Amino acid sequence: MTFEYAPAPESRYIVSIKPKYGHFINGSFVAGKKHFPTINPATEEILSHIALGGVTDVDKAVMAAQKAYTKTWSKLSGKERGKYLYRISRILQERAREFAVLETLDNGKPIRETRDIDIPLVAAHFFYHAGWADKLDYAGLGHSPKAYGVAGQIIPWNFPLLMLAWKVAPALATGNTVVLKPAETTSLTALLFAEVCQQAELPEGVVNIVTGDGSTGAAIVNHPKIHKIAFTGSTDVGKKIARAIASTDKKATLELGGKGANIVFDDAPVDETVEGIVNGIFFNQGHVCCAGSRLIVQESVAEEIIEKLKVRMAKIRVGDPLDKNTDLGAINSKEQLLKINKLSAVGDAEGAERWSPQCKLSDKGFWFPPTIFTGVTQANRIAQEEIFGPVLSVLTFRTPQEAIDKANNSPFGLSAGIWSEKGSRIFWASQHLKAGVIWANTFNKFDPASPFGGYKESGWGREGGKHGLAAYLKNGKETGAK
Amino acid sequence: MSFYGLVDGSEKSLIHFLDQLSGVDQVGAESRAAMLATRSIKTSSKKWAIETAISMVDLTTLEGADTPGKVRALCSKAVRPDPTDPTVPSVGAVCVYNDMVEIARTHLDAIGGEHVPVAAVSTAFPSGRASMAVKIQDTQDAINAGAAEIDMVIDRGAFLSGKFGLVFDEIVKIREVCGDKAHLKVIFETGELVTYDNVRKASYLAMLAGADFIKTSTGKIAPAATPPVVLVMLEAVRDFYSLTQRKIGVKPAGGIRTTKDAIKQLVLVNETAGPEWLTPDLFRIGASALLNDLLMQRMKMSDGYYASPNYVTID
Repeated sequence: MTFEYAPAPESRYIVSIKPKYGHFINGSFVAGKKHFPTINPATEEILSHIALGGVTDVDKAVMAAQKAYTKTWSKLSGKERGKYLYRISRILQERAREFAVLETLDNGKPIRETRDIDIPLVAAHFFYHAGWADKLDYAGLGHSPKAYGVAGQIIPWNFPLLMLAWKVAPALATGNTVVLKPAETTSLTALLFAEVCQQAELPEGVVNIVTGDGSTGAAIVNHPKIHKIAFTGSTDVGKKIARAIASTDKKATLELGGKGANIVFDDAPVDETVEGIVNGIFFNQGHVCCAGSRLIVQESVAEEIIEKLKVRMAKIRVGDPLDKNTDLGAINSKEQLLKINKLSAVGDAEGAERWSPQCKLSDKGFWFPPTIFTGVTQANRIAQEEIFGPVLSVLTFRTPQEAIDKANNSPFGLSAGIWSEKGSRIFWASQHLKAGVIWANTFNKFDPASPFGGYKESGWGREGGKHGLAAYLKNGKETGAK
Repeated sequence: MSFYGLVDGSEKSLIHFLDQLSGVDQVGAESRAAMLATRSIKTSSKKWAIETAISMVDLTTLEGADTPGKVRALCSKAVRPDPTDPTVPSVGAVCVYNDMVEIARTHLDAIGGEHVPVAAVSTAFPSGRASMAVKIQDTQDAINAGAAEIDMVIDRGAFLSGKFGLVFDEIVKIREVCGDKAHLKVIFETGELVTYDNVRKASYLAMLAGADFIKTSTGKIAPAATPPVVLVMLEAVRDFYSLTQRKIGVKPAGGIRTTKDAIKQLVLVNETAGPEWLTPDLFRIGASALLNDLLMQRMKMSDGYYASPNYVTID
């Protein structure tokens, strides 16, 4: 008999989901007009109905945020703002299990990740920024830097609550008020966060959440009273935002796509490198803008690395996201699954060799097995375009310079990984890689103190750390931002 | 001996082999072990894991105060861990000092425990600080007294000063003494080797020299069988198998006291070396207190409540 892990599902009864949600404006929930369903991507079960925000809803939210900014939030000292942020982070910790389960239901990502990564990082972001609220004068951003007023924030579906935290925590710490739009497919944790704002007795109008689709986002971007836009999402939408604000005085930070190069040198620690490759591309079903989706491995060790990677991939547990032993959950939406299927078919057509371990995928919901393509070249679309799924393209190199050239030969520049036991090689490579985040002998590690952002088509500006504060302050210097 | 055709027995060839092994990244190894520790083993899989863990325990007493009476009690426990329930399997082996081997063997045979082997710690356990002649004699005595398994310690001083040839030769000699009479387990005392790179090198060194099992610790030094150390050793046996087609066993010992700890070890085996290693022939857990916790958890699974410790025998 073998060691089969019996199902170990996390109970979903800790969350209560309403059949229908409105928007959160001026401290209370207001009914929406039109609604659309939000589903559990692992089962296609309809979880709730989400309001589709229009121009009027956005306008109401912006007016509430503007009023809160002038009347209350800008009058509070940094210390007082910090107290609210600390209170929010403590409540998030207390309700961590509830948030983790809800995120898993709505997004499809495994409970192990929401429980151990997403939600702890969310609380950490609020704690970190709470500490900055009363120290902005000493952050090296000039004498008494000033908030912009109302920040419009649009976030993606891959890390719904974490992206909310990346946006809301620095905005509030620096004294801005917020109108936030969660992604169409993953609004539920943002709406639960609205309850946390009420529970923390955050002054009304400081945080406003308007749900909806791209049109709702456009209404936020184009609203004349919004002075600062923070967006995380696709490069296509990022470009639209850049065009829309080109003739305005709006400032923006954009966190866009990526095609992260994970470079493996011949002296890499093999077993941990294989773990790092798995973590780089299969973490969060590969729905990660900074995913290590291009493996660039030295030819002399390629065979060994690929062989071990396949053995390791066969152990990835794909299935029910609520099961505590699941490693790879559901693809977030039908639309995304179609995109992954389409680009993978392109990989086949381009002559790359596709491999996936045997795994049973459920008939219901949206699933894609962990997949690698070997024999990929720079000229292949799967080496250039972001797939945003559990699909790894493997390329090889002969000399260190060739590795750097291949890594940088991309319209993106968000993340990169270097695997080597040689310190000097790590420093050399990191100086030559054009990527905003570079990991050495690890991958996909995040910390609120560390600025995150990209080169080239991967975006403008940084989030997190002191650099991230600068993006929300008027005389703060923003790295690369408009 | 051919040493699997990988080294020729000279120190030079051995050092060459050990030098070409990939390094272990400490942060990566520890985070992999920590991730595997989050596996949630429930219901039927927990029941299976408890039964399997019981059959893998090397029930151990290694104290200066050991007496024939104490050893006989241990043997009774080893054969029938739960006297009220004959479906509980016997443990993997009884592990004692050299001079207790005969007492243990005789008693086991007398109580129907012929199937339970006696393991003897050897080669001037736990320090390994004695002459080769003494180490050979120590091992020979144990085998003569009926030990079917020899748990030898390596000379950590030699290993840490880079005398890999010396460590290798000692294992080869003890392997010769064991012949086909006894299985050889080689103890590294990973708490003294400290780095994971050393653990990996020691694993290959011992496997090449003829070990049947590689074992973490004596139980006298902490830290002992930490999950990342066991992970590195399991990777070594997995890769050695693909190199030589020979399966070497792994024995964590020291610090594994609870069912939870033991199940974590089984998860490490399952997801690293693979399910083929989940047998007492290839995985043992050196422990004493662990057995009672396994028994109590087993009772809880069938009865639905935790019994008082008075419902399991102390030895």
